[in-house]
Amino acid sequence: MKDFIIPWENGTGIQDDIDRGTPAKMGKPVTLTIDGMEITVPEGTSVMRAASELGIQVPKLCATDSLEAFGSCRLCAVEIEGRRGTPASCTTPVHAGMKVHTQTDKLRRIRKGVMELYISDHPLDCLTCSANGDCELQDMAGAVGLRDVRYEAPKNAPLANHFEARNTSGEANPEWLSKDDSNPYFSYDPSKCIVCNRCVRACEEVQGTFALTIEGRGFDSRVAVGAENFLASDCVSCGACVQACPTATLQEKSVIEMGTPDRSVVTTCAYCGVGCSFKAEMQGDQLVRMVPYKHGKANRGHSCVKGRFAYGYATHKDRILSPMVRESVDQPWREVSWNEALSFAAKKLVGLQQKYGQKSIGVITSSRCTNEETYLVQKLTRAVFGNNNTDTCARVCHSPTGYGLGQTFGTSAGTQDFDSVEKSDVVVVIGANPTDGHPVFASRLRKRLREGAKLIVIDPRRIDLLETPHLNESHHLPLKPGTNVAVVSALGHVIVTEGLYDETFIAERCDVDAWEDYKAFISDERHSPEATEALTGVPAAKLREAARAYAQGGNGAIYYGLGVTEHSQGSTTVMAIANLAMMTGNIGREGVGVNPLRGQNNVQGSCDMGSFPHELPGYRHVKQPEVRKIFEDTWGVELDAEPGLRIPNMLDAAVDGTFKGLYCQGEDILQSDPDTKHVAAGLAAMECVIVHDLFLNETANYAHVFLPGSSFLEKEGTFTNAERRINRVRKVMAPKNGYEDWEVTQLLANAVLKETVGKPWSYAHPAEIMAEIAATTPSFAGVDYTVLEEKGSVQWPCNEDHPDGTPLMHVDGFVRGKGRFIVTEYIATDEKSGPRFPLLLTTGRILSQYNVGAQTRRTENSVWHDQDVLEIHPHDAENRGLRDGDWVRLASRSGETSLRVKITDRVSPGVVYTTFHHPDTQANVITTDYSDWATNCPEYKVTAVQVSPSNGPSEWQERYNAQAEQSRRIEAAE
Amino acid sequence: MTDAKMVLMANQIASFFATQPGGDQAAGVAAHLKDFWEPRMLNQLKTYLGQGGEGLHALVIEAGQTL
Repeated sequence: MKDFIIPWENGTGIQDDIDRGTPAKMGKPVTLTIDGMEITVPEGTSVMRAASELGIQVPKLCATDSLEAFGSCRLCAVEIEGRRGTPASCTTPVHAGMKVHTQTDKLRRIRKGVMELYISDHPLDCLTCSANGDCELQDMAGAVGLRDVRYEAPKNAPLANHFEARNTSGEANPEWLSKDDSNPYFSYDPSKCIVCNRCVRACEEVQGTFALTIEGRGFDSRVAVGAENFLASDCVSCGACVQACPTATLQEKSVIEMGTPDRSVVTTCAYCGVGCSFKAEMQGDQLVRMVPYKHGKANRGHSCVKGRFAYGYATHKDRILSPMVRESVDQPWREVSWNEALSFAAKKLVGLQQKYGQKSIGVITSSRCTNEETYLVQKLTRAVFGNNNTDTCARVCHSPTGYGLGQTFGTSAGTQDFDSVEKSDVVVVIGANPTDGHPVFASRLRKRLREGAKLIVIDPRRIDLLETPHLNESHHLPLKPGTNVAVVSALGHVIVTEGLYDETFIAERCDVDAWEDYKAFISDERHSPEATEALTGVPAAKLREAARAYAQGGNGAIYYGLGVTEHSQGSTTVMAIANLAMMTGNIGREGVGVNPLRGQNNVQGSCDMGSFPHELPGYRHVKQPEVRKIFEDTWGVELDAEPGLRIPNMLDAAVDGTFKGLYCQGEDILQSDPDTKHVAAGLAAMECVIVHDLFLNETANYAHVFLPGSSFLEKEGTFTNAERRINRVRKVMAPKNGYEDWEVTQLLANAVLKETVGKPWSYAHPAEIMAEIAATTPSFAGVDYTVLEEKGSVQWPCNEDHPDGTPLMHVDGFVRGKGRFIVTEYIATDEKSGPRFPLLLTTGRILSQYNVGAQTRRTENSVWHDQDVLEIHPHDAENRGLRDGDWVRLASRSGETSLRVKITDRVSPGVVYTTFHHPDTQANVITTDYSDWATNCPEYKVTAVQVSPSNGPSEWQERYNAQAEQSRRIEAAE
Repeated sequence: MTDAKMVLMANQIASFFATQPGGDQAAGVAAHLKDFWEPRMLNQLKTYLGQGGEGLHALVIEAGQTL
């Protein structure tokens, strides 16, 4: 698509955004001359790109710098002194001393001829075309000076073309194909296609799905999807083809409807922990489209269906824009002014503390909110409420990462940047499903796998990554849910007992005494693959092969997800993973490392910002007086030295009657947290629940105050992604609710401080909040909005020692000094299958939906997934007389629900799987209150269940829906 | 929280430290509890220990001396 060239436009974040035709290369410098001007570029660079660096744009159609050169359109022909012919500048690499001419009479004639042929089979409806003003074909016709087309149809013998539906006699044109509008977000109009192949190559090279192809030859060549239409095909709607298309053939429906954008602002996606950079392309304050930003260092110009297209929730009619209150949850909501709502909330909170004590209230921050917002929310409880009752939804996902990596390496963070995967030789994916959960990272990983890297997947399900086209050596260890520690320790056993460990690395970088203890422990025969096979279900020979591949295959990188953490031994598995990386020396350089794939956009940031009840910002325990003093001096109050309640503890304390009030920002604990009935009981027992959100979510059914939130498009701030990258979130429209979320928290704090006669907060901009974070938190000391504007993003630690940030952690030494091996004994979970509940349920997410679905369910993404379904193995289905699509009752000791089944061998016998995106299903009514031993992270991934035929939704579901409907009533305005 | 749940959680912590080398497993349990358990949870545990601590792992009982 056409470039928006706004170099360093103040406040937009956009850097040089020119399409240079072919990708950048790394290599030794080569100097050549183009049109009489000298330029030095890396070896391997194309002549086209070198010319572009000089400011000379060689005409092109089939080339774009996100794809390798293809050389089909011939528009980019150049002349090179001493060489015959007119080579394509996109496929011709530079050579030292080369003298290139990009504009000669001969080249002009060639280009005009090429364009004339293209235009002869293209409709000349530019004025009404959706790509008018944003069409490379149009631009090139202008650039080459095309003034007329000589190819006319002879009389009585119509010229064959692809763009006229009927000829002048009204007969149907057999070459014409109608538009494919099946995809909800983009349209495919074959009549405008110039068969440049960019869409097909984008699907292969960038996305890695291979959903598109060119069928036919010559004049019959057409882009084909291998199915009836785009929606029915393998297309995952990532948008890479739309991005690559130079014409209106593949076009966003929003552009077709609204027209082309007139300004562009760089911001960060609000979905998963990859943290992709996007250009929000606007008309005034209307968002026309989100386009992946090619200088975004996490995504490098790629996107997925959620970030690229699923932003409609931000303007959905369900958004609540006025504050609301009610005395009790059986009453309808009453819309009130901000002042009334805040005063109502503040009086309630202060009253609760007076009646039940200082520790009777608390807050929950969200990983969907910015760093500045989460910092303020934890400050609210510590500095204003005077306790440490703050927690974040990271409690229920990556809290074991914090504990496990903290114990072994010294800090809670992934060790690499995403670019690192380009240097990996063996990639281990444990308990993660990147193609669905972290799609843009998955595309980058798949690219490396196509280049030959080996893949090891440890997962109960056969995830899509294992179906990667052109995959080389791969290993799948389909373990039984709950046996992670046994499997990862068995890998360690093989590496140690077969002598595959890196003795030098261990001696230089690790605590040798701890290593000796670990070595003795792990060498015991009880950890061998043969001894654990019956328990884990993983064939010993396969496990040994995988261990050897990881230890001996070159750069070994481990990526893991919630399939590791959400277990009663979640923290132990994280430590076992860290052990593997240390013993093989796979830490501290590109291509290796231990990388938690964070579920939500700001999981890393919310943890960094002190959202956990035992830690102040920067992972420093509240018991440390010298750390408390930093914040006491800054905030002017005395701080509590004892840890506060974690989310599950808050709910337990609420049921016990000692926890009475909660401010919950951007989080829906009723749907996302385990054991729904227990969560509901906890919320129902509180006297003041304040929900701050975009929508009346499930938790709001039990709320007394609703404070409307602002979307990521409506506020300033930062998100920190899974690679510790701090990216700017930029406001592109005014908050529809009137306030950015950090302002709402400040208003609430000040309403409470008014009651308690405290000094009010006075932040005027999130930059001031970041300045306070930098002043109090050593790893953020060098972070400020000016630095982020200049550098685009930085990875923490960013301080005096690392002014440009830290792409790789633990390069010369571990944060804790010496890496610490920890003994990781397998201890079975108490959640066991048996006669009543013979199957094991594990849960996860799907590409098109996100978390509790509050955002994605309010977009067209639901065409791909409109309900949660239960995956069951054919053997287990047959035993129960189930057919594909049947309703089933899914029951555990916690509760039961009903949903439809999908029969598939992606799950092993004995294992069933579902997602938790839809409140109608409430998958978490099934999950139990078992949790990780160290952190209380819930054991979502193992629940003993029974599955039986059913006629439809359960009584509980119907009762729940009726209660939710009742609770969402809003009193009519007088 | 129910006593049963508290016992389960405390025993989970003890089960981890019981596997660790060295002779300071109970100290590990105590430190973990102090670092991560909120005072009312610790108080519940102390009360329960005072009532005999039925079902608690030996390391939790030992750690209880230093809470």
